[in-house]
This record gives sequence, structure tokens and C-alpha cells, in this order.
Amino acid sequence: MDGARDRAGAGPGDRAGAGPGDRAGTPRQGVPRRPRLRRTPVGSRWAPYVLVAPFFLFFGAFGVFPLAATAWTSLHRVELTAPAEPEWVGLHNYARLLDDAFFWNALANTVVIGVLSTVPQLLLALGVAHLLDVRLRGRGFFRVVALAPYATSVAAATLVFALFYGRDHGMANWALGVVGLAPVDWQNGPWASKLAVSSIVVWRWTGYNALIYLAAMQTIPRELYEAAALDGASRWRQFLHVTLPGLRPALAFTVLVSTIGATQLFGEPLLFGSGAGASGGADHQFQTLGLYLYEQGWVNLHLGRAAAIAWAMLLILVVLFGAVRLLRGGLARRPGRAS
Amino acid sequence: MGSRRRNGPVVVLALALLLGAALSGGCATDPAPPPGAGVPAREPVDGSGRRITLTVGVFGTFGLQEAGLYDTYMRLHPDIAVRQTSLTRNDVYYPQLLTHLTAGSGLADVQAVEVGNIAEVLATQAGRLDALGSAPGVDRAAFLPWKWAQGTAPDGRTLALGTDIGPQAVCYRKDLFARAGLPTDRGAVGRLWAGDWRKYLAAGVRYRERSPEGTAFTDSASGVMAAVTGSAALRYYDERGDLIVAVNPAVREAWDLAAMFARQGLTARLQQFTPGWDQAFANGAFATVACPAWMLGYIQDKAGPAGRGRWDVAAAPRPGSWGGSFLVVPSAGRHRAEAARLAAWLTAPAQQAVLFERRGSFPSASASYALPAVADARHPHFGDAPVGEIFAAAARGVPQAPVGPKDALVAQTLADVGMLQVDQTGRPPESAWKAAMKAIDNALDR
Repeated sequence: MDGARDRAGAGPGDRAGAGPGDRAGTPRQGVPRRPRLRRTPVGSRWAPYVLVAPFFLFFGAFGVFPLAATAWTSLHRVELTAPAEPEWVGLHNYARLLDDAFFWNALANTVVIGVLSTVPQLLLALGVAHLLDVRLRGRGFFRVVALAPYATSVAAATLVFALFYGRDHGMANWALGVVGLAPVDWQNGPWASKLAVSSIVVWRWTGYNALIYLAAMQTIPRELYEAAALDGASRWRQFLHVTLPGLRPALAFTVLVSTIGATQLFGEPLLFGSGAGASGGADHQFQTLGLYLYEQGWVNLHLGRAAAIAWAMLLILVVLFGAVRLLRGGLARRPGRAS
Repeated sequence: MGSRRRNGPVVVLALALLLGAALSGGCATDPAPPPGAGVPAREPVDGSGRRITLTVGVFGTFGLQEAGLYDTYMRLHPDIAVRQTSLTRNDVYYPQLLTHLTAGSGLADVQAVEVGNIAEVLATQAGRLDALGSAPGVDRAAFLPWKWAQGTAPDGRTLALGTDIGPQAVCYRKDLFARAGLPTDRGAVGRLWAGDWRKYLAAGVRYRERSPEGTAFTDSASGVMAAVTGSAALRYYDERGDLIVAVNPAVREAWDLAAMFARQGLTARLQQFTPGWDQAFANGAFATVACPAWMLGYIQDKAGPAGRGRWDVAAAPRPGSWGGSFLVVPSAGRHRAEAARLAAWLTAPAQQAVLFERRGSFPSASASYALPAVADARHPHFGDAPVGEIFAAAARGVPQAPVGPKDALVAQTLADVGMLQVDQTGRPPESAWKAAMKAIDNALDR
């Protein structure tokens, strides 16, 4: 989850990196008109490249190189006890994933937790944004409240949730007891544990998505609502036919970011299984792909296998988004489409 | 304006270079903590007038610093400053230690290694560690022979000096035992199950008949399994270093016995070192727990003042050891001789006795067992139990079981994947055993 948000957050950083490059364009355009500059042709010719170089150097060092190194590692048998002595195994690390029950279990868990967390999260966010959009007393306060979980560290939040979902002394089971329901083993239940992990994600990201929706809602011209109201549209129809279409870019963005985040889900399941390390529960019932990757690399010390899982995760995302594009292309060509 | 234009490209160029340099400087990893952290404000020098600061890398609350041993060493050696770097969890600390050893940088002068990892470190990193067996101040005869053997590499060089060990006893609640009609005197309790872990099970069945409401006999089936395995002469590896976990009858015996605890409802169905386990200490949810020496401080912390005087310590059915650590000196260090001297001093009997007295980590240097700090040690929180005597007796009886490179991983998988399911979800022992074996094979890449 975090990785995705970080990447989303890297946008401004990228622009900042490119900034000096843009500025460098100005003196170069001025070169023919200013003879003084011609006396230092080396400086003027190379300055733009030098100026954009930091971005490319850092992109190379922290973007391209790790990707390539991971790909190279995934084709070797590399142990953390001897990372400098890799042994070439070709595609063996990938081939073994195909009949690795733990990998498929982790993939299924990732999909289930992803759906369980992303869908309610975005629906809730829509509702919250809509509430914040209408004139509400103390709106600023509620906006801060909505964003507070996002500003909380994953570690702190998850540890509190782990206590909340405790089997013997947890608040969730206490509340169930109050209404006369049997306690639930939130750690060991195959569905209960996934629900619990999903609830942490939902709690943490709903406000963040709500603010994005809120910003998008406020760009929708109020006249559209007035016109719709004049035509006799109810609030619900206004929401369906004015608000939702206006939110389409924001919806697409949040779905994309949430999907990437769900694929990389790591911190919440790691800390939720407070004693079990990276195994994601006694029966790996909430071990996600990110957690399995970590377990292979840093608990079992098999860096090659971990690298193969990392690339498999990337490929899964690529295939997923490719499929979505195809699907949307098909929809777009369908006649009679709304808006 | 004109002059600014003239200098424009040069200034921007210089800025860009500066920015690049600053960024790359900022990104270079410098694992060394800021100088002076936790060090008294003085400037130690060696003979040639240079400062010598030795760093010790540890995991958890290792105790060396807390027991004041660094301060004592610095008082004795004014030319040396000792600084500690610590990571909370060994499962984070250990992979980092391996990468630092391989890279030959980012290392402390002295590094701690947990017993579950020591065989792997000695097997794969021997060339990157200094031999300590004949370092000044090291006396082989002062150590328990099995601990010394665990720190010796296959080529015969002793690369790791033992700090503490985890001789086992059974901690029990006197008040709960009394209410269940069991003896409360620690001698009588020890005789209840002396010599055989199956008698411990029998005592549990007796407890269950009259158990106080809301309490179980013991905390977890995994805890029982770890204790029983710890007293076996062969565990997960044989003398040749082959993995025998799947076929070793002693492991299977421990598994079956622990599974009986779970099946008969004698456990509180907890997982050790989780918040739920901690809370159960405070709530008095179980009457016994197999406790290595280092666990006493933990119990005292979690049981709180309310637990004072309620807990006591009795001898375990059979002597065993669970846990313990070593110190190694990486060859990439800048002050290897001084580091070896520090490691030798920290693991010498007198200092190990201080560590036991102040922190409860039991010495691996058997020469210290006769020292008053150990021999006469009593624990006020545990009814003034003679812990020095109890644990020294256990330590002398610990079988010299070979440890293998993946000991920690195998033990953790058996406990957290296998037995935990038997205990908490009621999965049949046979099916859980298969799941654990499958997870071990996957983890060990077999």
C-alpha cells in the first residue's frame, strides 16, 4: 500500500527534478544572440545535459538499476548468506512458482483482501466526500478527522488493531459478546483474519480517497446541479448523473492507486500477525504476496526466489491493467454508452 | 541584470553540481550512528594518540549496557569508549548482520549472534570472523563444553564466545496450584514431574480436574514442545549436520506430547511473545510455563506487581536449554585486537555473573556458578526462589545437542505453523505435522 502511495507522491518530486532542465532551455535559446556566451561553447553545449543529469542519474540508480538487478537476481540461486556467489538457474525460480502452493495461496489472499478492502474503501470514500461536500457545520474539522488515519503510521495503527481484534481480551469480541454473539478468532479464522486485515486498510485509506473525491466534486460547476434541480432531478439522480460523471478521472485514479496498493499490501498483514513473523498466520491464512516475498528473502534468506516473486507481482499488475484497457476499449466502442 | 546573465550558466552549473553532490552524499548509506551517542564526553586515545571507539551490535534488550558492563569497561580502560547499536528484533537484526558481513562494512566491532543462527554464521561466514579461542583473556575451561563447541567452526577455530544460555525450569503459580489441590512447595512441585515430561502432562490432568475458573494448566502447546525438544540429545540436525527433523523420534515425541496438551484442553491456547500472551500473565490465565532463565524478567514485567509472590520456580522434568547468544568479532573491523579483548572481558565469568545478577541472563561460563552472585542468587518476585542453584543444576545437565544452520527457522516453523494450529484451531496433529514439514521444506528450499 505504502509503495503505491509513495509512487503517487513521487509526482511532484519528478517535476522538481526536471525543473532545472526547463530553466536550462532559456540560456540555450539565447546563445546565438549573445556573443559573450559563445566564448564558452563547452559550458553552453553541455550545461543542459549536466542540468538534467541528476534526474537521470538518480532515476537510473534508484529506478532502473534495482529493477534490472532484481530481474538478474531472479534468474539465479542467491542466498543471503552468500549474496556474492550467485548460481545461474535460468527460469527455475519462476517455474517453481507455478507449483508452489504457498505462492498461489498468497496470490489468492492478496486478491481476496484486495477486493475486501478496495471496494468498501472507495464506496465509503464516495459517501464521506459527498457528506463533506454539502454545507456542513465544522467542515474543516471533519476534513481533518477524515484524513487523520492516513497520517497515522501503519505500524501504530496495525498494532492497535491487533489488540482490538484480540481473541481473549479484544474489544471486537467484547462488543460481540455484548450483543450476544460468540467470540471470533480473528487471527486464525481464514475469513475473519482477512476481514480484519482489510478493515485496517479501509480505516486507513478511506479519508485519503475521500479528499481526492472531495477535490474533484468541488470542480463540478454548481450550475449543473441547479439545472438538474430545475428539471426535477432528485438528490440521488443528481449524484448519479452529475456528480459521478464529474468524478470519472478521480475514480480512475483512485482505483488504479488502490489496486497497486492492494497488490503490494505488506505492513498491515505483517504486523497483524504479531507473533508469527512473515508467515501471515499459522496456516498462512492472511499471507499476501508482499509478505511471501519478504518471508522468502529475509526470513528464509532465498534472495533469488524473492526476486522472482517480485517480478511475478509486477507481471500480474501489467497483465491486470492490460486486461482493463482492453475491456475499457471494448466498452468505449459499444454504442449507446452514457456520457 | 547583465552581469547576472553573463554568469547565469556557470552559476546554474555550479548549483547543479552542488545539488548532485549533496543529494548523492545524502543518499550514501552511513550505518554508523552519530558520534557521541550515549558516550561519555571524553576523548579516549590509544598509544599513538588516536581515539578508539568500539561498537557492540546487539538485538533486543541484550542486557550488556543495562547491566552497566560497558561503563565498567570504560572505567578500567580509559583509552576505550564503548558504544552500542541495537535492533529490537533478531529477525531484522540477523539478515542485516549477514549483508553487512558480506559487504565488509556497516559492522560493529563486536556483534551478537543468537544460538539459532550461530551454526549458519559459522558455516557460511567463518572467513569473515576473527578467531577468539586464544584471544587474551579467554579461558576455554571457564565455559560449558557444549557452549564452547557451539561457538567453534567446523575447521576447529573458535569464532564465537558464549554469553548467556537458557537453562530451563518450570515457573508456576502457587495460588492457582493451591486452589487446584496441587502441592505448592517448589521441591514437591519439582518431584511431581521429575525425570519425565509425561509426568508434567499427568500433573496437568490433575490440575484440570479442579482448575480454578478461567485458568489453564499451561500457556501454549508450542511452549511445551520447545521445552521438551530443548532437553533432547538430538533435535533438528544430527552430528553430521544432516536435517533429521522429519525422522527424529525425539522431535516427534515432543510433538505428540505437546499435541496431547492441546487435545486435552490443558493450554490457554496462546502464542508466546504476542500481546495476548502478555495480557494473560497479567490476568493469571495459566498456572505454569516452561521458563528458561531469561524469561523470568519477562514474566516479572508482564505479571506486574500483582504477580509478586504468586509465582515460583521449580525444576523442569528434564534439563534443557532454550535460547542464548554469542559474541563474534568481524575481521572487517578497524580495532580487531581491542574488540577481541572487549568480547573476552564481556564473556568472562565475573561479568557473566553480573549480567545474571542484574538482568537474569544465565551464564554460559560455568566457572561463574560458584561465585556468590550466581550461587546465592534468589529471585524476590518468584518467592525468593534460589534461581542460581536451580538454573545451574539445569545448565550442568543440558545435553550437548548439535545445532544446525537452520535451527531457528525449523523451531519457529514447528511452533508457529504446526503446533499453533493444533493448539488454536484444533487441526488434527497429523495434518498439522504435514503442513509444518511442507513449510520447512519450502523454507529450506529442499
